[in-house]
Order: sequence, then structure tokens, then C-alpha cells
Amino acid sequence: MAVYVPSSLEDALDILQDPECIVISGGTDYFPALKRCSGVKKLVSLMNITETQGLKSDRTGIRIGAALTWAQLIKSNLPPAFDALKKAGRQVGSVQIQNAATVVGNLCNASPAADGIPALLALNAEVELHSAMRGRRQISLMEFVKGVRKTDRKLDEIVTSIFVPRPPEGMKSVFLKLGSREYLVISIAMTALNVVLDKSGRVTDMRVAVGACSSVAQRLRSLENEALGKLLSEIQLNPEHLSVLSPIDDVRASAMYRRDAVLEQIRQAFFEVKS
Amino acid sequence: MNKQFVSKPLSFHLNGKLVNVASSEGRRLSEVLRDELGAKDVKIGCNAGDCGACTVLVDGDPICACLMLSEAAEGCEVETVSGLYEADTLTQKLAESFLNHGAAQCGICTPGMIVSATALLHQNPSPCEAEVKDALAGVLCRCTGYRKIIDAVMQAPSVANESDGHVGQPLRHVDGVEKVSGQVKFGDDIAPQSCLEVLIIRAPFNHASFRFGDLEDFRTKNGIDAVLTAKDIPGENTFGVIPGFIDQPVFAEKFVRFKGEAVAAIVGDPADLRALDLSKFPISWDEKSAYLSTIDAQQQNAIQLHEGRTGNVMCAGYVSCGNAEKALKEADVVVSGNFNTGIVEHAYIEPEAGFAEVRDGRLEIHACTQAPVMDLESLELILAMDRRNIRIVPTAVGGGFGSKLDLSVQPFLALAALKTQKPVRLCYTRAESLQSSTKRHPSDINLTIGADNSGKIKGFLFDGVFDTGAYASWGPTVANRVPVHASGPYVVTDYTASTKGVYTNNPPSGAFRGFGVPQTAISQESLFDELAEILNIDPLEFRIKNALDNHKATVCGQVFEKGVGIKACLEALQPAWHSERKKAGTLNSEGGAIKYGVGLAAGWYGCGNTSLPNPSTIKSGILSDGRIRLHQGAVDIGQGANTVISQIFATVLGLPVEQVERVDADTDVTPDAGKTSASRQTFVSGNASRLSAQHLRRQITERMNVAFEAELSFQGAQVIAVDGGQTHNLALQTLPQDDEGFVFRAEGTYDPPTKPLDEKGQGNPYAQFGYAAHLAVVSVDTKLGIVKPKKFVTAHDVGKAINPMLVEGQVHGGVAQGMGMALMEEYIAGRTENLHDYLIPTIGDVPEIVTHIIEEKDAHGPFGAKGLGEHVLIPTAPAILNAIKDAVGVRLYKIPATPSRVLAAIKDRAGG
Repeated sequence: MAVYVPSSLEDALDILQDPECIVISGGTDYFPALKRCSGVKKLVSLMNITETQGLKSDRTGIRIGAALTWAQLIKSNLPPAFDALKKAGRQVGSVQIQNAATVVGNLCNASPAADGIPALLALNAEVELHSAMRGRRQISLMEFVKGVRKTDRKLDEIVTSIFVPRPPEGMKSVFLKLGSREYLVISIAMTALNVVLDKSGRVTDMRVAVGACSSVAQRLRSLENEALGKLLSEIQLNPEHLSVLSPIDDVRASAMYRRDAVLEQIRQAFFEVKS
Repeated sequence: MNKQFVSKPLSFHLNGKLVNVASSEGRRLSEVLRDELGAKDVKIGCNAGDCGACTVLVDGDPICACLMLSEAAEGCEVETVSGLYEADTLTQKLAESFLNHGAAQCGICTPGMIVSATALLHQNPSPCEAEVKDALAGVLCRCTGYRKIIDAVMQAPSVANESDGHVGQPLRHVDGVEKVSGQVKFGDDIAPQSCLEVLIIRAPFNHASFRFGDLEDFRTKNGIDAVLTAKDIPGENTFGVIPGFIDQPVFAEKFVRFKGEAVAAIVGDPADLRALDLSKFPISWDEKSAYLSTIDAQQQNAIQLHEGRTGNVMCAGYVSCGNAEKALKEADVVVSGNFNTGIVEHAYIEPEAGFAEVRDGRLEIHACTQAPVMDLESLELILAMDRRNIRIVPTAVGGGFGSKLDLSVQPFLALAALKTQKPVRLCYTRAESLQSSTKRHPSDINLTIGADNSGKIKGFLFDGVFDTGAYASWGPTVANRVPVHASGPYVVTDYTASTKGVYTNNPPSGAFRGFGVPQTAISQESLFDELAEILNIDPLEFRIKNALDNHKATVCGQVFEKGVGIKACLEALQPAWHSERKKAGTLNSEGGAIKYGVGLAAGWYGCGNTSLPNPSTIKSGILSDGRIRLHQGAVDIGQGANTVISQIFATVLGLPVEQVERVDADTDVTPDAGKTSASRQTFVSGNASRLSAQHLRRQITERMNVAFEAELSFQGAQVIAVDGGQTHNLALQTLPQDDEGFVFRAEGTYDPPTKPLDEKGQGNPYAQFGYAAHLAVVSVDTKLGIVKPKKFVTAHDVGKAINPMLVEGQVHGGVAQGMGMALMEEYIAGRTENLHDYLIPTIGDVPEIVTHIIEEKDAHGPFGAKGLGEHVLIPTAPAILNAIKDAVGVRLYKIPATPSRVLAAIKDRAGG
């Protein structure tokens, strides 16, 4: 097997014109899924690309480089709107995983239970991609994640960063993940809430995203719209708010349980934001 | 293609030394460390980042080496446990602390734990418990229940002491240093670099017929050394553990009965195996409908899975005394329930692994096993080979819990080594281990119990169906043990218990800590709480009232004159029972969605085989230079047989344990100490060790013409005896040596006295029982159904604690396994074939465990000791279920009590 560890984006994109190439970042999703006799011929590690290291911040927003690990994100100085994302990060596997796995990799793996996606949806995140032939494009996270293990990334493309538009002043965020044990658990359901309250406690901006309850994590737009102008205590949660979800029965929980749990998570998230 | 990017030889620092790897080829860092650089202290448990055993430091940060691209380590500093142990004073201190707490049992997770903890301590020299948990959560342990690991990392005061290590002393594990330093060799740590490997082809369906294509063509096209199938087996293509129930093929022929069953094995060079396209393996499958429950397998038109087993019934068990039906009619209160448990996986962190080679015409197998002599006997039949030409050398065992009693890698290794005449290696993947290893029997139990108004049990009718899966394995043992134990440790005078083992297309169920008794205890202890509630009797009082005692008959009619310690166990829980319920009541009165509950359960377990011979032999001797050698063939799977058996030996002979030189299990040099199962090693092999030491002492004292009880000491090549104030010397070098260099030599054999059971199950099934009672405190989130154990208080009657630290270690580990079974563990073929879908408790799940050690001396055990290994998890699950009932008023009849199931039950009760 040939392994490439390019250090510039240009070189990486050049290599990727070969459709036999498989890309890998932290490796925490690649190796577990690797079959014993995998047939992988060419592997490109993206971790050393200079252009995708670290976090960059400017007036317009924050750019999470593709090589940024969860551990690095957790240690970064970020506004409170990123608290949910950081909390999700602390629950991505273990410290060992967080030291290796990247935030971008979590999106590219596109698991329905990807820990990072709900919080990033609640941050209105966008995904930046590059290819040698077609240059750069930036699309919304919703457009990027297309289904179970499916993304909009073309074989010759590299996701170079996640862009988070600068969140409104005073935005708080909460993340709740539910599993059958304390650590190292794949979510039964998870909820990220980003919200701005005015001085009287009324909602001026709300984003609620739910993961592990549909093939792709979803924003609960009807709830978000209904919440505008209300006190959190005035919001009447009901199952209709979950109509965009399509939870399944699996080994982790029943669909019905997931619906109950999500409503409860949203209630708890409201409670946490208030306190 | 731009050539400059093609990977070049890899180089990085490993434990401070620059290393180069010519060809890393996109492999995992763990593979390169182990296979290319010989760093066998990096353990592989899952290859998926789920278990953390392979944790190493890369530039100071802990990562799973199994998930790191080796090329990404270019230029990095990689540190493993052995390197840290050698160079880092923090690690050395930590390793000491691990030894002082008995925090390493089997030792397979220890490298991951110590490396992770070293990283934590570098940043935070005195972490709190929560910080320890956060830092170590990525490493799974299946033996210790984590509590001693937390204590060790937090540098709690030492539990072990510096003493002669005699019986009763909390001696450090005698084989502990090699575990904390990463030196110990497990099943996959023996094979030489780049020897041939074996790859098993397994059934992708639960039930199917199959046909091979041109295997020879596949072999030659791919440059493979051999493709093995049933045709390559010189002897009988069957194995098993119970005479009359030897029914599992090494390689399935024509059809498979469970998903993951082996049909063929490919033997070749590791690089050639990696390059294989397995989709081209010439085999065609025809899937058949499968029976995944005992109900399905017993339908009238069900296909018979095994010849001669009508209705797919493997066997039945029965114990009866008095008249259960009549007593139930006369009882004032009768309760009944149907209880179901699923498939539970042993989930030891070490997958089955081994190495074999042919040396001087003899076959040698080094593999993880709990039963070396049984392995030898099975291979004798499979290979049609004289047993004198087979040598089994058990490696360190990275957790067994019953499943490593059965053959796994051994026949494949044997056939491959014999066929190729080359050394071969085989390590199961985690998926293979999960698919093909034996499981805890799923159970479907109907139980009815009556009581009179005073709270005395009146009538007990038990009917249990146990899913033995595709093959018998230890199913007959479960079917026989359960009726003996289903009463629990209580006086039940009118009793009938029937069991049935039924074949299905699930993986074979076998031995798993408790042999069916943990499932049974769930039904009995749940219904005891129901009876107590209806009768308005305190559940603890109710149990004490009915507790078995000395001079009272068990359901088999067996009467013990001494050593029945269940009452003492229950009474030991009394203070906690009152204080914890009071606390829970206070918390509950504060309102909120979280409710607290306290539950109790008891259990008992007969040590050793049921009414069958079960001997152990321990050999010992003294060499002319004064070294004292103990041939200790009882396999230590982390439970501490090496330590306990040495302690007993040293105590009787009268020397410090550190003077005992151990020779570990090896069928060439250690006599048969039986299998490590049925909580028998402390009792049976412990007794053999005691006898061996006694024989040795007798020979020495007779030779020196001093009293048997004389005080002996061994100083260099001299024995010094002090007898009646007089000192005697014996120069060992003057004595004649036997062919092994011994000047004194002894063997001790012990076989527990039992009596056969008659057709009603009456007799003396075991020479001893051990007793246990657990109290569980749980919180239940009424909105999310999440159950969290908050505290356990346990009481265990061990007769005599040979080593109290090890007793606690067993209790902690058993509680953790019982918890897992109660709350999260369920194996489903095809769906939970990894350790992130099959969940076992993490370091964050196991709360404080208080252990009361009760010592009601047994009539037969060494120094009065009883077995313990299995007792420790029997009461845990029912105690938790009773605590859930106490907290939220719902009784769960099906486990695991996942959040989904618990919430559904809460909603049902609320009528919603």
C-alpha cells in the first residue's frame, strides 16, 4: 500500500485526482471500519497539511481547520455559543479518541450519531471544500451531510474547514447526550441548543438540533420559530415539534423512547440555559 | 503522480530510542509496534478504539495505537508502558500503587490504564476521582470493577502489606510486577516475528448450508501455504466438554448452525493474507431460516438441529423435595413471574489467541486457556495423536470468566502447524471473538413461590428453559446446576425445579461465571421481594427468616454441620439496609424526576463439579541449592490462583511466600490441577497445595528427626528446624537428587467429597457452598429511564479469606459484571459484534463498593476457605432490579434494564 502524507493543500489535491486514493485524518473512523483484507491501495493522510491546521477567527466568524482535533478544540478559547460543541467533543469516545479525531472527520464520516453535527448545525456551520479541478466551494452543513455515511464531498475533494459565522452576542449553548453507560457510548439521542435571550428572558434567536434520531441530524425549525419572542417557560413542547425526526428501533433504544427522550432533553436544555 | 509523496521508511522514537521501519504500508501504529518492533506490551483488544488497551503516548498525549496510522508517527516520541516503567518515576510510583491495591488482575488492560494514568498525573499530580474517571474512561477493564484502579491512581493508602504473605495476609499478586511493567505474555505475545498466520473463514449467516469451490486453485493463485477444512482433520471433527455432548465441529461440514461458525482456515504469510480478496474465496451459501429463541426452536415443525435431540432439547435437569404443588395450594400468599434474560458476552479484553509449532516431532501450543489438560484431551481426539506428543503451555490469560474453558484457536493452530510444519499464529479479531466464543445462556424462567402469613416459604415451583445455542458446550452443566441452586440459600422444604437446555441458532452458550445461577437468582430474589411486600415484612427480615443454616437441609437434602454463612452475610447488611433506605427516603421526599431505591439479594454457589470427581494435583519440591519450587498448574486468569495457592503452600511449609519459586501451568511439567472454573481453584487446588506442602514438610521433618510442627526456615542450601528449643540443620547438597534435581519432592491431590444425585436430585452435589448478599442503591431518572447504581454494599462468606485484598478484587469485578448484565449487556449476532455496540461498564459506571468479608469456616476448604469467583455476581443483578422496584415501583422481568425498557415500564405503570 502506498501512503501519502502531503504537507500542502496543493499536493494533497493533486494526489486526490487519483480516484483510488482514500483520505484519512485522525483515523478513528477509518481503522475501526477497516476490513481485514481491505483492498485499500492508496491512502492519503491529511493531518500534515499546513493550510488546514488550527482555528482561525476574524470579524465574520470562526474557521475550524480540517486538521483540528477534538482535544485542540476543547482547549480553544471560544465564545459561549461553542460550549455545546465543546461538550460534544468531550463525549467523542475517550481522551484517546479526542486526541486523534478531528472535528471535520466527524462530519465526513456522517454517522447518524455523529457527536459533532447537532452542535455545528446549531451554529449554522458551513463546510469548505477544495478540489484541484474545480477550486473552492462552501456549502451549509445541511447540504453537506446527505444521509447515513453520505456526504456531498466528491472523491477528488478535501474538506478544508468548517466555517461558523460569528454567533450573535450573548448566545448560550447546551449539549445533552444520552446513552446506556457513562463513557464511550454511542448516542441514543442528543440535543444541541443555541439560544439568545433578551433582557426580559425572551427568545430572540433559537437553534435546536437533534442527532441519532434520523439518518441525518435535524434542526427543529417549527420549535425554533414558535419560540421567538417567548420566555423559555412559555414554550409548550409537543411531539409535533419532532415531526422532522424519524427515529428507529435499534439495539440501543426504541423509536418511541427516542421521541420521549428528545422532548425531555429539550426541556432539560431549556432548564440548563436558564440556570 | 508526484513521486515525492510516496511513503519512505518510517522513523520515530520508541521509548527514547530511534527506530526505523522499512515497510509500514498504512498499517495501524499498534501493528507496527507489535509486529515490526516487538513492543508486545501494546495490547490489542478491539482494533476499534473501544477498549483502550493499546494506549500509548504520542508526544505525551494518550492515543489508541490501533487507530493511528503508523506513518503519522513519523518523527514523534512514542512511549509504551514498558518504556515508561523503565524511565518515568511517576509511572514507577503508579505501578507500585497498582500492586498495593491489586489493581491489576488479568493484566491485559493494565498497560492502557497505566499509560493513561501517567498522562493524567503528568498534568495533574493529585487528581480527584472525577478527573481520574475522565482520564481513564477510554480503557475498559472486565476484571477489577475499576475501583481499585481509581484507588491506585489516587494513591490511596496501600491495602497490601509487607509480610510473609501467609494465609490471611493481603499480599500483592505474586505475578503482579510483570503485569504492571508490561512484561507479561498473553496469547498473542508469544509468536516470533512474521511467522505464518491463520485466518478463519466464518459463516455469515445464523443457519445455512454451503459448498466449497476449488480451494486448491484459490490457494495456489494467492500463494497461500494451506487452506484447511474438515477434510484436513486427521481424527474426529468434534469437540466439546461434557461426555455425551461432544457435538461441535472444528470446521462445519455442509452446513453451519450459527453466525461466525468456522468453515475453513487460510494459512499464509501475513503480507499475503493482507493482500487477499476474501470475496473471491470459493464458497457458496444457501441461507436457511434460523431459530433465535428457544420458543422458535421448539415449535412443532422446527427443524432438528442435532441428530438424536428431538424437539431440539439437549438435556434436562431436575431437583425435587417435599411436595411443591400441594404446599403452594396451602400457602397463604403465592406469587409468580416469567423472567427473561438475553445473551451475555464474557467480553474479556484479550481476544482468543495463540501460537503453535512442531518441535522435535511434538506439537506445542501456547494459547490463552482456562483448562490446559482438557485442551490436550480434546486435541488428542481431533488430531488422532498420542497425547504424549502434544504440549499445552497456557499463556497469561487476559480474562476468561468461563469462555476460555472451551477450545477456540487451539485446533486451528494445531492443524495449521502440523500441515505446514511451520510456526503459526492466530489472534481472533474482536468480531470473531464475539461471534464464536461461548455466551451466558439466555433464560426463560417461570417461577411460582408461596409463603405462609408468618413469611415462611411454602412451595417453590421453578421451570427454566435455557438457550444453549448451536452446540452443547457447558449447557448440560447449566441444566444440572440450576435446579440445585434455584432455591437460593434458603430453606425450601417443598420444591420442584426443572430445567431444559434447548438448541437454537444462537452462538453456543457455555460457562460464564455462575453457570446459569445468576439468571436463576434474578427470578427467585425478585419474587422474594414481591412476597415480602405482600406480606408487609421487611425484605431483609424475610430473607433472614428463611435463610439456610447449619444442620438444615438444602433442596437436595444435603445438610452441612458448619460453614453455612448466609445468615451472617444478610445480617452484615443490616446497618446499611437501614441507613441507605433512610437516605433514599430523604432524597425522594425532595421531589424531582430522579428517584432513589435500595434493593437486596442473596446467592449461593456450590464450588467444583456437581457430584463428579474433580481432583487437582499440585507438585512441589526442594532443589539441592535450597530453592523451593511449586509446580502450580491451576491457571491464573487474573483471579489470583498463583498468589493464593502460593500463600497456602508457604503457610503450611512455613516460609515467606517470596521464597516460593513458581512453575506455571504447562502440561509437560505441572500435574493436572483441573480447570479454572466453578470457583474451585482456591478450594480444590488450594487443598492440593496444602497437601503438597504437608507431604514436603513431613519428609523434611522426618529426615531431620524433628516434630512435624517444627519451625522450618530455608537459608541457602540449608534447612533449619527449631523444635522444642533445639536447632537442627540439614545441608541439602548432601542429599541425593532425583531426575528433576529435587532433594525433596511431593505431590498433593485433593478431590472434594460429593455424593451422586438420585433421580429426584437428592444427594450431596458439592462439598461446599459459598454465600453472598448484596445491597444496591440506585437512582432512576423517571423521565429518561436511566438507572444509575450509586453504591453497593456486599457481604461474602468466603470461609477464610486467604488474601482479603484479592477477595475484594473478586467482589468488585463480579459486581461490575452483574451490573452490566442487569443494565446494559445483550449480544445480538450481526448487530453487536464490537465493543461499542456491545456495552460493558466503564470506569464511570461502577460506584463505591463496600465489602464485608464473612468467615464461616468450611469443613473441607484449606484453612476453612471457600470458593468465591462466581458468587460475586449472582446477587448483583437482582439487587439492582429490586432497587429499581423500590425507587419507581416497577418490576422488570426482562433484562438488561436499558433506559428504553425502564421508561416503557414506568409509562405502563402510569397508565400511559
